[in-house]
Amino acid sequence: MNNRQMGRIKCGDSRPRLSAGRAAVSLWARMFRRKAFQALLLSAAVFTLLGAGDPATRFTELGHQLMCICGCNQILLECNHVGCPASDGMRNELMASLTRGDSDSLVEQGFVQKYGPTVLAAPTTKGFDRAAYIMPFAALFLGFGLIALVIRSWKNRPAPAIADGLTPIPGPELEQFRDQARKETDL
Amino acid sequence: MAEIGSFSLLLALALSVYSFVAGIIALAFQNRTSLQPAGATAGRGALPASLEESPLITTIRQASERIGETARRAGIATFAAVLLASMVLVICAFRDDFSIAYILHHSNRALPGPYKFAVLWSGQEGSLLFWSLLLAAYGFVLRLRYKTDPRLFAYASVVLSGVQIFFLLLLNFAAHPFAIVQGTIPADGNGLNPLLQYPEMVIHPPMLYLGYVGFTIPFAFALGALIMKYPGEKWIHITRRWTMVTWAFLTCGVFLGAHWAYSVLGWGGYWGWDPVENASLMPWLTGTAFLHSVMMQEKRGMLKMWNMWLVFATFWLAILGTFLTRSGIISSVHAFAQSSIGDWFAWFLAITLIVFLFFFFKNKSHLRSEHKLESLISRESSFLFNNLLFVLLCFTVLWGTWFPKISELVQGNKVTVGAPFYNRVAIPVALLLLILTAVGPLLAWRKTSLESLKRNFMWPTVGAIVVVVFLMSTPQSWGSAFGLKPWRDISYFYSLMAIALSVLVTLTVASEFYRGGRVISKHTGQGMFASMVQLTHRNTRRYGGYIVHFGVVVVIIGFAGAAFNQDKEMEMKNGDKMTIGPYTLICRSSTEDDNPDHYSQWAILDVFKAGKQIDTMTPERRFYHASQQTSTMPDIRSTLNEDLYVVFEGLNQDNGHPILKAHLNALVMWIWMGVWIMLIGTVLALIPNAPAPVRVPARARMTHPHAEPAVTGD
Repeated sequence: MNNRQMGRIKCGDSRPRLSAGRAAVSLWARMFRRKAFQALLLSAAVFTLLGAGDPATRFTELGHQLMCICGCNQILLECNHVGCPASDGMRNELMASLTRGDSDSLVEQGFVQKYGPTVLAAPTTKGFDRAAYIMPFAALFLGFGLIALVIRSWKNRPAPAIADGLTPIPGPELEQFRDQARKETDL
Repeated sequence: MAEIGSFSLLLALALSVYSFVAGIIALAFQNRTSLQPAGATAGRGALPASLEESPLITTIRQASERIGETARRAGIATFAAVLLASMVLVICAFRDDFSIAYILHHSNRALPGPYKFAVLWSGQEGSLLFWSLLLAAYGFVLRLRYKTDPRLFAYASVVLSGVQIFFLLLLNFAAHPFAIVQGTIPADGNGLNPLLQYPEMVIHPPMLYLGYVGFTIPFAFALGALIMKYPGEKWIHITRRWTMVTWAFLTCGVFLGAHWAYSVLGWGGYWGWDPVENASLMPWLTGTAFLHSVMMQEKRGMLKMWNMWLVFATFWLAILGTFLTRSGIISSVHAFAQSSIGDWFAWFLAITLIVFLFFFFKNKSHLRSEHKLESLISRESSFLFNNLLFVLLCFTVLWGTWFPKISELVQGNKVTVGAPFYNRVAIPVALLLLILTAVGPLLAWRKTSLESLKRNFMWPTVGAIVVVVFLMSTPQSWGSAFGLKPWRDISYFYSLMAIALSVLVTLTVASEFYRGGRVISKHTGQGMFASMVQLTHRNTRRYGGYIVHFGVVVVIIGFAGAAFNQDKEMEMKNGDKMTIGPYTLICRSSTEDDNPDHYSQWAILDVFKAGKQIDTMTPERRFYHASQQTSTMPDIRSTLNEDLYVVFEGLNQDNGHPILKAHLNALVMWIWMGVWIMLIGTVLALIPNAPAPVRVPARARMTHPHAEPAVTGD
């Protein structure tokens, strides 16, 4: 049994019957989710396609994705050495590639083949290089997970014991006292 | 002179070792001869009450106290010895004593006086001596203030001595600053690196080092408190000021470095994500996280283990940064020459990690949280997320810094991890952090109702939306940050988001001041401004913190301006024009000069805006005779809107015309203004609170005659 079949059986068997009102709400929620997903995809597409502009813009953008290889450790278009043995030639090569109509990835491949992978100012999104981008976001999600666990354990912790003879103050009254305390002390 | 310096360093090492060993002996005996040491839980060897008063035990206890006192004094004397060694090195620099290899390699006769003083931290050996001096100075202050809590300070003193021993071992046996030149002594030195011959370079390293070294103090207290199972949160109160002062120094150091890079390196930027820059940012990030999470421990007795880790990580990352700079393991434009001292640092890092792990796992039961979390919408949970994001940013920077090495190990070839990587990964996280900066202050401890959050958050959100609409709808001719179209480029989108969130934070901060000021104004009848001043004075930490937040958003606005930067390069003969943004530059002439220190070439440019001359700029390029190195001296014309940054790149070899590069860098001045605001906020937060008048109802006064005034909140 594949995962899709398993999922379908689970949904069909376990979902309780809904009233008409709740069904409408559920339908609306589903539509909202679908629309939100579409909007997300659209915005992702828009931002992925950003920068696919004219040659001058592409020159600036690609020039900032490449490093000068003279040893100055600077971005190609930021290398400011007069008489730099590398940057002028590299800029000319970049302009020539763009004039030929090469795509961004073809331009980058050409530079990597000629100068090696260190010519790219950032790791690629292929092979092991992907780990560079995955790890921070994996750490973010791991962190969120850990925080969820911590919050759960803190919430489940028993309330501190109250001394004999005292009774706990009911919720609304306690809130009132807290508000008062905040007003009077939090300045 | 060199002999005096060498002897001082040896003496300092001996004193540090004594302070360390005698300190441990004294503490061990005190633990075993006391029934219940003041301020700490008894050790396993503590005595039963019957033996407590025996003459032998009393004698041993008195002896151990005397040994402890000698250890403290040895620590103080270490400072004197290291100070003497440092003074000797500076005097040798002023006396042009080129028989000392360090002076020969980092100074020359024509070097101006202030830079001769800066020779102390301009090279490997001198900067390690300077590090040791600062550590000894911090230790000196700590040991003088021991009466605050003698036992805790004694533990901290031992930890400090341990760290000091490491640096003095390095100075005596691996990187000796007083090594003598073999053979003929040259008549003049090699000179100071020209990039370091800039006024800020005299201040930047001391500030940065004060920050790096200063985090040893909270670490020493934390480790001491962990070892002795220190009860309560008093150690946090004691270290709070140390941590804030240290954080301010590190902030200052990091941004002075950025300003130096901007003003000297001539590439038009202030941050290149170089490993050495990253090394200074990492402890800053964890230190900032610690400054926030420490409040959880103070107020609610939570995050005790986490705080231990944060304070350790901050100290450890500061040392790791030094390891990166000195070992040559990561290639960097800033790195010192490769040397064997990288191994020393690697061992030191390993030893400190092992020591910390040992005591952490031995005593972690002592670090359990005391309270439960009542609501997800509370200051506590906002601090949790704040810490997560700070640590994640730190991890991202660490990961990016080490990834070339990891890639080399895994796939056999190095890759470059530069600005594009950090822009993709770090900016989204930083924006999330900015959202938390806006929301956090509006959340109360324990629990906040959604209604109050909505009420407090509505107007700042409306304000931020209005600013976004305004920035998008205004014409571009108004300035760099106007007429923003976020769909044109992802960097514009990030910039707009950063500016919008900065406005949100500013408005939440302003609303906090306004609400508090209004309450005081109502009760006292004072004007609003006077009430807000009083409000700040009553809780300097909280409102000083808000001012720091405001400073941060001003800095962020400055960073956001990078999306609108422009540059142009041109060969200009006399009378040629270059137009960039609203400015027109006309080359009036180019000239040259020579002095004993350097030969220089520069251009004279008249700057016009809207047809009117507004300035004359003189970008310069120097060639230093002693070091045979070239350096650029960009001319920068700063306004709130943008910086006009002109670099003299050199002369065309064929026709002798100057080649000039002009950058139009948007909103850069905001960064430097923001740093000043952050520092003002930090200083405010360090000022003690003014006593708040406590109004106690008559009935309560009668029933609770000994009621204590309520503690003000943060």
